[in-house]
Amino acid sequence: MGGSTRYIWSLFKKDLLLEVRQQYTFYGVLLYVASTIFVLYLSMGEPEGAVWKGLFWMIQLFICVNAVAKSFLQEGRGRLLYFYSIAGARDFILSKLLFNALLMLLMSLVSLFLFTLMLGNPLAHPISFLLLSGLGGVSLSLVFTFLAAIAARAQQSAALMAILGFPLIIPQLMLLNKASTIAFEDVVQGGLGSMLALIAGLDLMIVALAIILFPFLWKD
Amino acid sequence: MLRQNWWKILCVILLIYTFVAGFLGPVPAKPILNETIRNYYFHIAMWFCMMILFITSLVYSIKYLRTNNHIFDIYALEYAKTGIVYGVLGLTTGSVWAGFTWNAFWSNDPKQLGAVVALLIYLAYLVLRNSMTDVDKRARIGAVYNIFAFAMLFPTIWIIPRLVDSLHPGGSGNPAINADVHIRMVFWPGALPGWALLGVWITTLRIRLQMLSEQRLH
Repeated sequence: MGGSTRYIWSLFKKDLLLEVRQQYTFYGVLLYVASTIFVLYLSMGEPEGAVWKGLFWMIQLFICVNAVAKSFLQEGRGRLLYFYSIAGARDFILSKLLFNALLMLLMSLVSLFLFTLMLGNPLAHPISFLLLSGLGGVSLSLVFTFLAAIAARAQQSAALMAILGFPLIIPQLMLLNKASTIAFEDVVQGGLGSMLALIAGLDLMIVALAIILFPFLWKD
Repeated sequence: MLRQNWWKILCVILLIYTFVAGFLGPVPAKPILNETIRNYYFHIAMWFCMMILFITSLVYSIKYLRTNNHIFDIYALEYAKTGIVYGVLGLTTGSVWAGFTWNAFWSNDPKQLGAVVALLIYLAYLVLRNSMTDVDKRARIGAVYNIFAFAMLFPTIWIIPRLVDSLHPGGSGNPAINADVHIRMVFWPGALPGWALLGVWITTLRIRLQMLSEQRLH
């Protein structure tokens, strides 16, 4: 297990270094976030709570597709073979999940900040919504990382990822939307803890599935 | 394969029983529902059978990944296709029924949404398979997606209706109907196994067709 963590860490560090040097995904997605939210601001002004919440999660979805799509498509066939020979399939997928989760966590916080800046702040409980958007971003990134792996193996573009992912993510988005309603109402409501636990449990299941299923994807 | 005939005869008998007892048998008189309660034998049975067919497809996908036997991939694909047909029928029977009882063919009920999501996911499974030409790769990646999608979909389908109010009978103060003895006597021994056997029958025919067309290609 000690060896495995070292592999995951070095693969993760590789992705991070590439990111720091190229600065392509980060600034690309950042620009995407900023311009989308600015367009929303131009067309909507300051919408009311329900619209704000719906827009927020939809924008998260599109940010996630854009941020995660690159993670497998950037690796050529030869490089995948090289990773396969030095590390295992499980280490590889875990490092990708970790990297994308962190990227998406950052992006969620940035877009939450921009949302409150431009579209107004209808939040009654900002702290719980902050928690929820972080968790939501991580869950979205986990699902789409695995789907990016599938789409990359099918040698298809990001379009296939969206086709596969959008129906699959609807239940989770409904859960997140339902949970975030709590953060918008003045009345203190219970049930946030169990919702968060439910979403976190779903995330754990996705990670477990990715660990079990990814080796099958990898084999050629 | 199930090459005997007895279960096909049993399927026809059970479905005849379902239609005769379902349309002529006694049903409890409930407010709002009235005689539309008979849709229980068709609409609910469709959902049960869709679930059974998708679970069977999942089992064959797992079997494929374990053995790499090409036949299991055909099984998984054809069970998923029949499941989609049952899902569409369940949605249509439910929507027609809702048009008369809820006064709207569509009302964003959580169960309706769950059904649509399930159908979209399995249609995406078909799209994914068609995007690849290599037979082995298609089978393997399709199986992985099938397992992942099933594991993502069904927990949430079972959880969300419990968090949100539903218009369906049995939810949020609406009268439940599965408690009635006449309905149970038609549904459990008649409608459910009858429709399930019909689904398996359709699927086995399609599997045989698929295998024959592949043999002709070789």
